[in-house]
Amino acid sequence: MADAHARKYTRAQKGLTMFQRLRENKSAQGTLLAFPTLVWMMVLLIIPLLLTLVISFGRRTADGGVIFSFSLDNYIRLLGYSTKCDSGAASCFDPLYVQILWRSLTLAFNTTVLVILLAYPLAYFIARAHPKKRNTYLFLVLIPLWTNFVIRVYAWIMLLRKAGAINLVIGWLANLFHIQFTPLEMLYTPGAVLVGMVYEFLPFMILPIYTSLEKIDNSLYEAAADLGANSVKTFRRVTLPLSMPGVVAGTILVFIPVMGTFIVSDILGGRQVILVGNLIQRQFLDARDPTFGSAASLILMVLTLIVTYFYTRKFGFGEEIVVA
Amino acid sequence: MNPYRRSPLVMVSTILVYFFLYAPIVVLMLYSFNSSKANVTFDGFIPSFGNVRVEGGNIVQSPCGPFHWFCELSKNREVTNAARNTLTIAFIATIVSTVIGTMAALALQRYNFRLKAFSQLSLYIPIVIPEIVMGIGILILFSQLFAYLNNLFGLTGDSRLSLGLNTVIVSHIAFMIPFVTLVVQARLQGFDKAYEEAAMDLGANEWITFRRITLPMILPGVLSGALLAFTLSLDDFVITFFTNGPGSTTLPIYVYGLLRRIITPQVNALSTVWITIVFIAVLLLQRFQNREA
Repeated sequence: MADAHARKYTRAQKGLTMFQRLRENKSAQGTLLAFPTLVWMMVLLIIPLLLTLVISFGRRTADGGVIFSFSLDNYIRLLGYSTKCDSGAASCFDPLYVQILWRSLTLAFNTTVLVILLAYPLAYFIARAHPKKRNTYLFLVLIPLWTNFVIRVYAWIMLLRKAGAINLVIGWLANLFHIQFTPLEMLYTPGAVLVGMVYEFLPFMILPIYTSLEKIDNSLYEAAADLGANSVKTFRRVTLPLSMPGVVAGTILVFIPVMGTFIVSDILGGRQVILVGNLIQRQFLDARDPTFGSAASLILMVLTLIVTYFYTRKFGFGEEIVVA
Repeated sequence: MNPYRRSPLVMVSTILVYFFLYAPIVVLMLYSFNSSKANVTFDGFIPSFGNVRVEGGNIVQSPCGPFHWFCELSKNREVTNAARNTLTIAFIATIVSTVIGTMAALALQRYNFRLKAFSQLSLYIPIVIPEIVMGIGILILFSQLFAYLNNLFGLTGDSRLSLGLNTVIVSHIAFMIPFVTLVVQARLQGFDKAYEEAAMDLGANEWITFRRITLPMILPGVLSGALLAFTLSLDDFVITFFTNGPGSTTLPIYVYGLLRRIITPQVNALSTVWITIVFIAVLLLQRFQNREA
């Protein structure tokens, strides 16, 4: 009885000393606080990425399953070489997948450039507006951003269709001036996908550019004016360099998602415009070849990481990402 | 010199960009009152109230008048289910990710521990890789894991582990944590430790110091992190697309499914409701923040 009591006492004491030790040990406290996040990121980010890597070397079974092995077939197929035909045959090389990758890269590049051109003046306008009005203008940028992504793509169907709003307006104008007009087929074209992408990601560029422009002290503009710089020179020597962190952050926030998005091309491009995202998605749903999909997904990741790495090494990693 | 002077070029392009941002939304909302059932062109508003009457593909009379499609929407069980799923996922995932994300932010900002650099790096990964890469990674994880477990325990039929609401919630938490942590970390950077030291000197223990000093001071950061996480969850398509299963359809997934088949004014009505709710929510929030400042 007394023995049990004593054991209980020492156990309690041990618990107490453990607690005290934890109070002293800053490192253990930090680990404990970060522990749930660490576990979550391990299980749902790091392990999935490693699994993707492992599976990309595997082979598919007829019913869409995976046989673990080490073969580079999927990567060879991505590069356009078939593994099934004899060497030397002309039809063995099919650049389809390389074209898809290239198309995604150029689309992401074009979207980013267009978005910068559209976002910059608006961000500048808001940053130079009266402080009391800035929030309202920003609020107007946030509303479309908070409207659902899928709904925003859908809106463009209503505009771009043959009987859509844009053709309706042009037709009405043409009628007014007695010009012959046949409705344009704009939906399901590469142009429709580009417009959709620009529309989707424009707010992601406006916010970081605004953040960096807003930080510029007014006295810098005054100094530039006092020293005789005209507005072009002031922009080139003062405004633009100081707003670069915002442009860099915005570029990362736009370029990376455009590379991977498949909804915009799916809905606005029909079956005409196939991007890497569509390729990956189809391997997992229609084609049932997760091993090839995994390889494509890894190539996509590596491609974006390389572009981001070189881009940020040249321009620095904008801290505006967090602010936006 | 007027510091708020802007060139006419800036003004013109600003107006054009705002027009570009809003024209699609306005058209989208207008079509939700369309009397045309096919929804190809806008055939005007539904003119009168009464029992539903259709003439030449156009609805000329409805119990709800011009709001016909909104009434239809409220009767649509798939939509109400999807809305309930969307909100359930967003609420649970926001609460969990805010709590553990804030803990991680405190750990990363205040403490030194062995896996600190690794933790910080893992939080940046979801931001610098396309969402689809993470989405299919999680899909592979769940499908391999579930196949293994189902096989191991001989689970069949309804007891089989499969994708559903739980997998969506767990995955949402995973992509929300980095955003919460980074926002709270930014807030903690400007935090003066003297307040906490003063509290401890006055005899408060760690818990009381945290509850009475630290938490109130970082609360705006925590709340804006939570808000960001909540909106990301509501908006998410890609991660949900790869992790949802039968019965766990969310609104974005439902709309996407519809778009690939038919385009009815019901989708427009749904969009109009969504945009209106968002507009009111952001407006209220704006008011609230202005009062705080």
